[in-house]
This record gives sequence, structure tokens and C-alpha cells, in this order.
Amino acid sequence: MILLYDSSFEGFLSVVFECYAHKLEPADVCTEESFQISAFSEKQFVPTQSSQAERVWKGWQKKLSSKLKQLPYQAFLSGERGIEFKLLQFARLSFTSPEPVDTNFGDPVILEIRKAARRVTQEAMRMIQFVRFQETKDGVFFSGVSPRYDVLSMTLYHFKNRFADQRWLVYDMKRDYGFYYDLSKIEEVTLNEKTFNVRDGRLSPDILNEGEVSYESLWNQYYKNITIKERLNLKCHKNHMPKRYWIYLTEKRNIPRSI
Amino acid sequence: MDQSIEKKLSILADSAKYDVSCASSGSNRGNAKKGIGTAVGCGICHSFTEDGRCISLLKVLMTNHCIYDCAYCINRRSNDRPRAAFTPIELANLTIGFYRRNYIEGLFLSSGVLKNPDFTMERMVSVAKILRLQERFNGYIHLKAIPGASNELIHEAGLYADRLSVNIEIPTNPELKRLAPEKNHADIYKPMGLIHKGILESKEERKRYRKAPAFAPAGQSTQLIVGATPESDQQILTLATNLYSEQRLKRVYYSGYLPVNEYDQRLPAIKTPPLVRENRLYQSDWLMRFYQFKANEIVSNAHPFLDLDVDPKLAYALRNFHLYPVNVNTADYEMILRVPGIGVQSAQRIIQARKFQRLTSMHLKKIGVVMKRAQYFITNNELPAAIHDIAPERLKQQLLSAEVQKRNPVFDGQLKLFDFTVPNKLVQANRERFISH
Ligand code: SF4
Repeated sequence: MILLYDSSFEGFLSVVFECYAHKLEPADVCTEESFQISAFSEKQFVPTQSSQAERVWKGWQKKLSSKLKQLPYQAFLSGERGIEFKLLQFARLSFTSPEPVDTNFGDPVILEIRKAARRVTQEAMRMIQFVRFQETKDGVFFSGVSPRYDVLSMTLYHFKNRFADQRWLVYDMKRDYGFYYDLSKIEEVTLNEKTFNVRDGRLSPDILNEGEVSYESLWNQYYKNITIKERLNLKCHKNHMPKRYWIYLTEKRNIPRSI
Repeated sequence: MDQSIEKKLSILADSAKYDVSCASSGSNRGNAKKGIGTAVGCGICHSFTEDGRCISLLKVLMTNHCIYDCAYCINRRSNDRPRAAFTPIELANLTIGFYRRNYIEGLFLSSGVLKNPDFTMERMVSVAKILRLQERFNGYIHLKAIPGASNELIHEAGLYADRLSVNIEIPTNPELKRLAPEKNHADIYKPMGLIHKGILESKEERKRYRKAPAFAPAGQSTQLIVGATPESDQQILTLATNLYSEQRLKRVYYSGYLPVNEYDQRLPAIKTPPLVRENRLYQSDWLMRFYQFKANEIVSNAHPFLDLDVDPKLAYALRNFHLYPVNVNTADYEMILRVPGIGVQSAQRIIQARKFQRLTSMHLKKIGVVMKRAQYFITNNELPAAIHDIAPERLKQQLLSAEVQKRNPVFDGQLKLFDFTVPNKLVQANRERFISH
């Protein structure tokens, strides 16, 4: 039997709950959209139930080592094919063992989950590194990005602390939602009208702050001057800053802003 | 003669680029009272130069005017170059502007000596002061301490900066005096000692009163130029060890000498900087700081220079063949760390995973051990015994030809970077978002 859920993390946790409550042994777990009709398999949709999801989460937390409390969620965000089934196996391993099993790198399921989680936290880290803000006419600092995984929520704590005295908006252009900080709280928002280039996140000139272009060109100037030409090492350069991020980086975009 | 900010920036960044350190690590500064900025313990790289170095801080000189004439320096007074100077306000504004756009973690300010050391240091301190007091900036500030500046100014610098550094540049005093007659080691160690003392005192005080002012909480560092003078790696690494243990430096940086003043006969005639040697020194430094190696295990009277063909850990293993093979299922962490092909992370994973089962080669591979290399130095009752029957010299050749030695430059902070874990409070925020509504 294949269990289906609504693609949210809560939904997935509800699946785990169902498996325990009704002693189900599904052959796979996948989202409704990704399910491919197959004549041979039975399917069952598990509705999302917040209270049950929370119970599972609380219980699971107790079975994780203190540094890895977020592991299942992070691995889940990878959205990789088959990750739900691995997480279900991981949940079983966790719940049956008195000690946390998440450090057992000898177990292939756990190793896969740790690797998936790592890819996700690394993407979040890259957002913290490579997000570039542009100031709008009304003083909001905007950044549009398209992370590989749905990780913006993992960067909020950092940005809120760091940029506590400026209003900012980080926007996931791929998933079409973002977070806006108004000097007191953060809100999830979806922009109806896109006043920026949805590919590279550049704000359109008519809402850009006058000072912005000069900061960008100062930064580009700095970037150019700090390089030591005798030591060029483009391979290392690209390893640390993969090409797919260049499109957001003021200093790596060759095309000047059109004004 | 008023230059534009852009012009000044290009001159003063260009002159600062030879200082290799850029780390913004070692300080955890919370954002006080809704000002701007935080300093994060692990340091964050916001960009990378095309030479592969991390850009974390706005690294500039206050000025590139200088009254001194150090042979190895591009800013020496006898060079005819464009000169510029920032005003403290200009520099503070630039830092804040860059910071708000998430370009940088903070400021790394160094300077040529304008008029005299006190005059120079005072201007540098005033930038930090404007940032901290007027702009309420909590990001990272690294200031160079200028040898010869007054004790009061050095002390004041420590109150505003996260990190202070005094560059030694040339590893031995006679060589320093040969290339920079106006300088000597004693003048450099004086501010270094002062900073060391300041850090210790403030730590003590903060144990008693939590609110006592912090003094250079991210510690101090220095830089050594490699290859401008004839010192051996043994001399360099011994000096580094002493700096780590006596002055409690956080970091020693090694900078391969770049021929900037080719006309000066006192300097060696080289075309390119000694990058491999520099890298081997970083690897050795890394071994001393994270792998529990001692300097005299890496270099000795018999081997005063590092082997440029193989990394210092492999060189150690080949010289101390009798210590191997190491049994991964029973050996201590310290010994597992000494296996070529096993890094800190793999070593930790081995220790954790072997509690659950005996580890096979398959496990080790998945954990991230580089088996091509490690296989000759480990046993797990599974590898063929014959693999250990090879002489060190032949093994070296074999390893060299088998793996095209991938150079893995170790630059500051970057290795740590990939161990990034999400701070706990952030974890909380996530849970709220997905679970509690
Ligand atoms: S004192 Fe510093 S800036 Fe001046 S010449 Fe010497 S190394 Fe260069």
C-alpha cells in the first residue's frame, strides 16, 4: 500500500501517526501530486491532523540527540524522491531504540537522512552568505532569491537579529512567497505585483533608492580591487561560490543595471 | 585635492589586499538594543575573490601614506604610487552601507603610518568609535595595532574591536631589521603583550561582573611573510607554536611572499609567490590546532623544511610507519585523527558509529574516509594484510602517482563553515511555523 499526504511536514507527521495507530506497513509514502497511478498498488490518503502531528513531533524530539533536534525537518525539506519513506524508517528506528540512533553513520538510512539534511542546511547557509539587499525608495531592504530547497524560514532568526533596525523583505521567487520584517515582527507574504525581475531579483529602477546604484558600484569596485591577480584560482573560487548563485550577486553580475 | 570615495576605495582596498587574514570568526556579539548587526561565532563568507579567498570583511587601509620604508611592502615611502586617505566618517558610512546590504560581516582596518604611530592609531580608533557609539554597530571590527602607538590608544582600540592584530611579518629579528631597518621585533611584541594582558584582565573581570567591558573578545592574530627571507619551516612553525601557547594568539596567518618591489636587491628574485609552501604551512598549523600535533612532530632538525610533495600528515605517517596500522574499531580518537585520509569529521563519525557496530570498509567509505589513502594505515580485520607490507618510500611514490594530488587550500573559517548547524532558537521558530498552527 502507498500512503499519500498533502506535501506539508505536518501532513507527513500525520502519516507517521497513522502508521503507528493502525500498524500500517506502507510500501511507500509520497505526496498527492507526485503519486503516479499504478494499477498494482493500493493507495490511501492520510489527511493532515495538527494535533496528531504535534504528538509525533514531541515524541520524536525526545528520541533525537540534543544537537540534531531539527534533523527530520531538515531532511524533509530536501524534497528528494523517497525521503519520506526513509524518514518513516528513521522514525521507527528512533522510537524502538532507548538511545538516540541519529549518530549511527553505519546505518544507510540514517546516513542518507543526515546527508539530505546537510544539503538543506548548507543551502540555508548559502542564503545567509549570498543574499544581497537593495534599498527601495521607501527604505525597505529587498532581496529576491530562488533557493534549491525551501529554506528561507531557516534564515529568519539570523536576519532578524542582524538587521533589527531596518525593514527588510526576503523573497523566494521560485516558490512565490517571502518574509517581511517591519521592525517588530516577521510576516509571511506573497507579492501580487512583481516590481522586480523574477529571474535575478533586481528591483525595477522606478522603486530603487537613489543611493543604491552607487553602493553597488562601490562594492563592485571593492571586489575588483581586492583580488590578487598573481594568485588567481578560479576552481577554488567556483567551489566556494557555485555559479548558480552568481545571478544574485552584485559583484558577479556582468550586466550593468538598466536605468 | 579631493578624491571621490570610489577612487579612495579602489586605492585603499588595492593596498590592503596583501594582508591575507579576513576571518570574522571567534566573536559572538548579540545585537544590543536593536542596533544593527551581530557577530557570528563561526564567521561568514559573503563572497569569494577570483583567487579563491573568502570575503567576509571590508578590508581597507585608513591610508596608504607611510613614513616607513619596509622592503617587502608596496606602500613603502620610496614607491611612487597613488596615495589616498579616508576620513573616519567616510569609512564608517561605507561600512554601514555595505553591512546593511549583506555584503560584509564588518570592517578590517589597517593602515600605513601617517605622520606618526599615535596620529594613525587615533584615526583608526575613531572609526571604531563612530561605528560602535554613534551607529550602534554590533558587527565585526578587526583593527591593526600600530607598533609605537601609546598604551592608551591600544587599550581604547581593544574596547571597540572584536579582534586586534599586530603583524610580525618577518619571522626573525635580524632578517626583519635587514628588510625594514626602522622596525624590530621588540617593538612588535610590546603591543602584542599589552593586548594579551588586556584580554586576560577583561576575562577575569567579566567572571566577576558580567557587565564589565569586553576587550578584543575575538582575540588577537598576526601574519608572517613566507619566502621573503631564508627562515626554515621549522623556525616558522616553532614561532607559531610559541605565539599560540605564550601570547595565546587565535590565529597565525602565513602569506607567501609576493614580489612587489622587484627592484630591491635585498629581496629574493622570484616570479610567483610560494603558494605550495604556504599551503603546507597552513596544513601544519591546522594539524597543530585541531589534530593535536606538536610542531616538533611535523618539522625537526632532521627535516627543517616541509615536504612539498605530500601534506604534512602523510609525511608524518610515512616517517612514523611503526605507529600504523591503526585499528579503527578500537584505537583512540587521537590516533584515528593521525590516519591520512581521515579528517576531524570522519574521525568523530567513526567514534560515534562504532558504538553501534563493527565498522567495515564499506562503512568507512560512506562515512567519508578517503580509502584510497587510508587503507594503508588502518586495519579493521578485513583489509588484506599484504597492503601493510609496503615500504614507506614506495608507498609515497604509489600514493603520489595514484592520486593526482588534489590541493586543498585551507583558508580561514571555510572548513568550519560547512559544519554549519542551525542555531537552536532558529530551530524553535521553524517548529512554530510548521507545528503549532
Ligand atoms: S610600516 Fe606598514 S605600511 Fe609602512 S612600509 Fe612598513 S609594512 Fe608598509
